[in-house]
Amino acid sequence: MKRFTELIAQLESSNKTNDKMAALVAYFNEAEEQDKPYVIAMFTGKKPKRPVSTALLREWAIEKSGISAWLFAESYHNVGDLSETIALILPPPTHSSDLKLSEWIMALADINGKDDAVKKTFITDSWDCLNISERFIFNKLISGNFRIGVSGKMLVNALAKQSDTPANQIMHSIMGKWKPEEITYQELIVGAHVNTDHSWPYPFCLAYALDQAPEALGEIQEWQAEWKWDGIRGQIVKRGGELFIWSRGEELVTDQFPELHFLLAELPDGTVLDGEILAVKSGKVLPFSLLQQRLNRKTIAKNQLENAPIGFYCYDLLEYQGADQRAEPLKNRRKILELLISGIPAQENLLMSPVVNANSWAELAEIRMDSRAMNSEGLMLKKLDSLYHSGRKRGDWWKWKINPYNIDAVMIYAQKGSGRRAGFFTDYTFAVRDGDQLITIAKAYSGLTDAEIKEVDAFVKKNAIEKFGPVRTVKPELVFEIAFEGIAESKRHKAGLALRFPRIARWRKDKKVEEINTLADLRQLLNSTLG
Amino acid sequence: MALIKFTNKGIYCTKGDFYIDPWKPVQLAVTTHGHADHVKSGNAAYLCHELTKPILLHRLGGDLKIQTLAYGESLLINGVQLSLFPAGHVIGSAQVRLEYKGEICVISGDYKVEYDGISTAFEPVKCHTFVSESTFGLPIYKWLPQQVIIDQISNWHSSNQQQQKTSVLTAYSLGKAQRLIKGLSLLQQKIYVHSAIANLNEAFIKAGVDLPETIRISPEISKSELQEGILIVPPAVADGRWIKTLLHPATGICSGWMQVRAGRRWRSSDAGFALSDHADWPGLLSAIKATSAEKVYVTHGYTATFSKYLNEIGIDSEEVKTQYGVEDEEEAVY
Repeated sequence: MKRFTELIAQLESSNKTNDKMAALVAYFNEAEEQDKPYVIAMFTGKKPKRPVSTALLREWAIEKSGISAWLFAESYHNVGDLSETIALILPPPTHSSDLKLSEWIMALADINGKDDAVKKTFITDSWDCLNISERFIFNKLISGNFRIGVSGKMLVNALAKQSDTPANQIMHSIMGKWKPEEITYQELIVGAHVNTDHSWPYPFCLAYALDQAPEALGEIQEWQAEWKWDGIRGQIVKRGGELFIWSRGEELVTDQFPELHFLLAELPDGTVLDGEILAVKSGKVLPFSLLQQRLNRKTIAKNQLENAPIGFYCYDLLEYQGADQRAEPLKNRRKILELLISGIPAQENLLMSPVVNANSWAELAEIRMDSRAMNSEGLMLKKLDSLYHSGRKRGDWWKWKINPYNIDAVMIYAQKGSGRRAGFFTDYTFAVRDGDQLITIAKAYSGLTDAEIKEVDAFVKKNAIEKFGPVRTVKPELVFEIAFEGIAESKRHKAGLALRFPRIARWRKDKKVEEINTLADLRQLLNSTLG
Repeated sequence: MALIKFTNKGIYCTKGDFYIDPWKPVQLAVTTHGHADHVKSGNAAYLCHELTKPILLHRLGGDLKIQTLAYGESLLINGVQLSLFPAGHVIGSAQVRLEYKGEICVISGDYKVEYDGISTAFEPVKCHTFVSESTFGLPIYKWLPQQVIIDQISNWHSSNQQQQKTSVLTAYSLGKAQRLIKGLSLLQQKIYVHSAIANLNEAFIKAGVDLPETIRISPEISKSELQEGILIVPPAVADGRWIKTLLHPATGICSGWMQVRAGRRWRSSDAGFALSDHADWPGLLSAIKATSAEKVYVTHGYTATFSKYLNEIGIDSEEVKTQYGVEDEEEAVY
């Protein structure tokens, strides 16, 4: 437990990826063998059954610290995390413990199903032998919500580095079915429980945003235009009788999309497709907000399968009959791809991403205006003779996105920024009107010039109403135009909806707070995207 | 009439006709300590502890009329007996004790109860009315002993050294900086300080304070020399561009706010050390109980929560709106 606590402290004491990687590698070099699979399980979201409810934990912590419930609530409000509040508020420990992380996890599993009195004795005795950082981790082991800024990908890269094993293989291995109590670290790295030989994907070919008029690209006849879909870029790999679906983040997401599992039978071995994972219903692409309901779930409910059925829109063919196709020009790759897809029985779940035909750039620009109605973000322009590059390369592929949505909102909170703009209030929270109230709708950081930032900063310093740690509540007076890419229902936000990629488009000095948009305006916008 | 009154200029002694830590110019400003939120320029005269005088001269500059007292020494002003007692907050910080016809009132300014090795240790003073801060007036704030934090900093520094990183600690130039210099002096490492801190240190040394040796950061010192020592700079400098010119800088903030993870994450710092010059929750409560006060006014911090709690445990308390408690972030760089 002590070594793991040290790891968490190291991960939290740097915001640089390299430092975090180094801390993880060092941990997996030094930690107890039995602990390692548990740590991997924890960081990849494999949760054990919660042995004690949060209500009980809270009750016992209040009792043990001898304070009133309101004071606990007040403290929790300031800390923002229940596990941490409890860790801080309890009296200091009376002794220490040398139990290993895995032993703590097993001890917690053991109290499952026991009487509350037994649980209470175990939990409160445990608190007595753990310091603040260890208690925090212990409480997190109970709740299972371990969010400490380590992404699945970072963990995989660290394990790959530590064990000198390809990252793809590790990713595939830890995505497989295993239980920390039944597997050793070495078995997990080797992937003894899965077949790791066939899964590897290719690096994605990426595009730059078009920063000039399309006419500058030359003759339109040399180009292929497609819709730029707003989903999850993915690769479907079929090799050795197995099917793998990779997301652009190089995560294996096969289990999340059962609608695509039929391809195991339909695709020939040695095939790799590049395309977009989308929510598709009755031939229409649904907005990203619906697809989002399907992402990162351990289990998928029936109504989610019905509300947001998955389709894969094919862009490209990277491997065919076991041969790498990336050095072929796009027009050849596309031809084979069309042939391949046409051979697969008509399915709503696997389609070609259609080519958008136009005789001139002007005509194409016209068509592009309809992007939003198709739930697309604009167009992709790909040179017909382009190879499939690894990563981003200027010249062959361009994204030609449509303009974002805009609303006017008022700034109500400000917080100091970091990096170059540290010391200035640069991070703002914006609100729209809801009746006579203001309701938070977005947080945005960028989009103002340095001079404007200084001006806003001076306003914040003069007009701060309240102070919550580093955050200032300010007089609602400054109106900004907020640009965003999409809008979605959200239970986590008070407004009941969330904006996608919000940023400050410009400062509307000409507008008064009475003129800002309302929550009803946003609801309407949300409904129009769903319609 | 009560002995003190809270006015829009500051805390006013009705019988003595003077102010304690006023935020608007007055005839006589009794000053608890030298932080910017407790002392402003423009007052006709100042009364403070003898070690606060060099700070006022340094920070407010010019021709100041300053009268000083030692701890425990007293002075009669319009029939009010005034004396100063150590508040343990920073060097020279004092609680102001007022006595008039047997009624005693203590205004504590900012205080902490743990001895920090450099500021005269806090001394509880019996009184009828006590004016307290509550910067960390929540039960989640319980400081570890200073030595434990110094050890944490020391371990952090060794690990930085191994990784060829430059250790940069941020600390307020008055108080936390001197405390760190003293605490870290046992590590036998060179301590480099920003000129804002060096200037204050010189003022203290001139006034007879015994401070360990430090080196003023200047362009003549090479970055690789700096990499081998420990740097102490004010918060505003740590946020600035200069930090980026150092060799692999690792920043560590020393502040009570670092007790909470969210507090650490808000700042773009690499490490946070919960070292505060304010009393923690048990410290506030023990200090208040030791005064046996019948009435406690809470001036800044978690005032509402803290005074609600005091009332709950049977101590008559009221929150008061003041302009104290903003020094944390707005401290200017000298």
